[in-house]
Amino acid sequence: MAAAPLLEVSDLHASYGEIEALHGIALGVERGAIVALLGANGAGKTSTLRAITGVVKTKGTVRFGGNALNGHGPEDAARLGIAHVPEGRGTMGALTVWENLMLGAYTRRDRKRVLGSYERVVGYFPWLAERKKQLAGTLSGGEQQMLAIARGLMMEPQLMLLDEPSLGLAPIVVREIFALLKTINARDGVSILVAEQNTTVALEAATHAYVLETGRIVVSGESQALLRDDGIRRSYLGY
Amino acid sequence: MRLRADRNLAVAIVAIVIALLPFIVPSFSTFELTYVGAYAIAILGLIVLTGMNGQISLGHGAFLAVGGYVVAILAHRFGLSFWLSIPIAAIVSGIVGIGLGFVALRLEGVYLALATFSLAVATPSILKRFGDLTGGVMGIVLPPVAAPKVLAGVLTPVQWFYYVTWAFAGVLFLVTARFLGGRVGRSLRALRDNEIAAVSFGVNPHFYKTLAFGWSAAFAGIAGALIAIPTAYVSPDSYSSLLSITLLIGAVLGGIDTMWGALAGGVMIEFLPLWVQKINNAAPSVVYGVALILVMLVMPGGIAGTLLRLVQRRPPAPGDAVLRRTEPTRAVEQ
Repeated sequence: MAAAPLLEVSDLHASYGEIEALHGIALGVERGAIVALLGANGAGKTSTLRAITGVVKTKGTVRFGGNALNGHGPEDAARLGIAHVPEGRGTMGALTVWENLMLGAYTRRDRKRVLGSYERVVGYFPWLAERKKQLAGTLSGGEQQMLAIARGLMMEPQLMLLDEPSLGLAPIVVREIFALLKTINARDGVSILVAEQNTTVALEAATHAYVLETGRIVVSGESQALLRDDGIRRSYLGY
Repeated sequence: MRLRADRNLAVAIVAIVIALLPFIVPSFSTFELTYVGAYAIAILGLIVLTGMNGQISLGHGAFLAVGGYVVAILAHRFGLSFWLSIPIAAIVSGIVGIGLGFVALRLEGVYLALATFSLAVATPSILKRFGDLTGGVMGIVLPPVAAPKVLAGVLTPVQWFYYVTWAFAGVLFLVTARFLGGRVGRSLRALRDNEIAAVSFGVNPHFYKTLAFGWSAAFAGIAGALIAIPTAYVSPDSYSSLLSITLLIGAVLGGIDTMWGALAGGVMIEFLPLWVQKINNAAPSVVYGVALILVMLVMPGGIAGTLLRLVQRRPPAPGDAVLRRTEPTRAVEQ
């Protein structure tokens, strides 16, 4: 790869008050790639994603499409084209489906193009159109996750960060969601960085993966290679 | 779009009723209904701040005091007409509100409620302390309201100020509806529901939270002015901490999730104590408490929320009422 990756993170530290959660992370996401970020509870997956968008205090370098990101707030990350689908989906239960989607397009002022994105998103999730006046809190868990992804797409992002999209969902729904992510990635060229505990599903979808342990990256490589390596699988992937 | 047509019809009917009331009810009732309009404006501000943005204020009586005193001082010292002093009251109160909003950025829930309540508690003492400006315990007497000469034969002063108040209310309701229906309203509610998620879409929490405080304080300032002018008198004891609590209770009773709640709440604040007093003089505060508990249990959306649901004749959607009662989801900090 001659071109610089779309997202390039090096020596990234993040802290909550006095406590440092990330101790110097380095990772990259190539344009058009799906990359998995694996690790147990508390390993720092959520913190890594939040550090990239600047929701938490960070030290280190985050470069996105040639721009230095860190030191700026999440607004700039959003404006530059990073959609963050947060942990626990982050759908606004008391807002309607439509309002949630419009929130995704918050940084975009051109209404015509926002409606264009809406049409495209409805192409992936046709049920959204029928239920756009429904309160998001009345959707099922899987539907809320899909709404969260759809909302991320409303930003017309170059990169989507997904924080445990499988959380609390039935295996069949998880498969459906990852299949959709692959389609979105292939069809629209949206790069994806997905944090997951469900390693099998994530590694199947991703080309490349990083494994986090207590705030450090301990293993990284091609997904297929990680899947084949029994030692890594047993030590870090837990099955 | 049937819903929107229905809503416009309802707004039109309410506007017509408000316009005709002074010619139907006795003069004293018109006077009371003027207060209803002012309280509705104050509650509308609370609906923006607490209902939409989730920030609790137990100190809004202080902004009523700011509004009332600004108008009183400007009239007393400089003979300024209220057409000029009401906007000034709104601006001054709004600025104080933005100041409190900055403090509120660091506080949440109970802590915010307590911080704002301390403002409410301090208000009467502050007013007494700066007696040179505020007239101290004696307060300030305002000049009586007079209808403009053209209307002098048509409207009594009471009716005139009734229309002034409700004109303010009408404009402020329209402005609020305009903003709450769009991007601003969405952002306020999104921050209430899930701040981290909202922020990651580019919503600036500091801007909107401070905006909500300033907005609601400005409305409370206008309400305070609109109360002080027909009362023709302001004194520290009109702004006890009970006033702040009454406003919040009025908002919850009326319905804090819908703008209609401001109307219902205004009516409750003005008339509930009067109705209850007929039973027993000490009853109002008890009844406020009981009414509040009943509303929480029986009609979580308040009076307006419950009426809306009945009118829309839809079965209560799961989560519709229930969702309001649950804690807003907050992402777990790692």
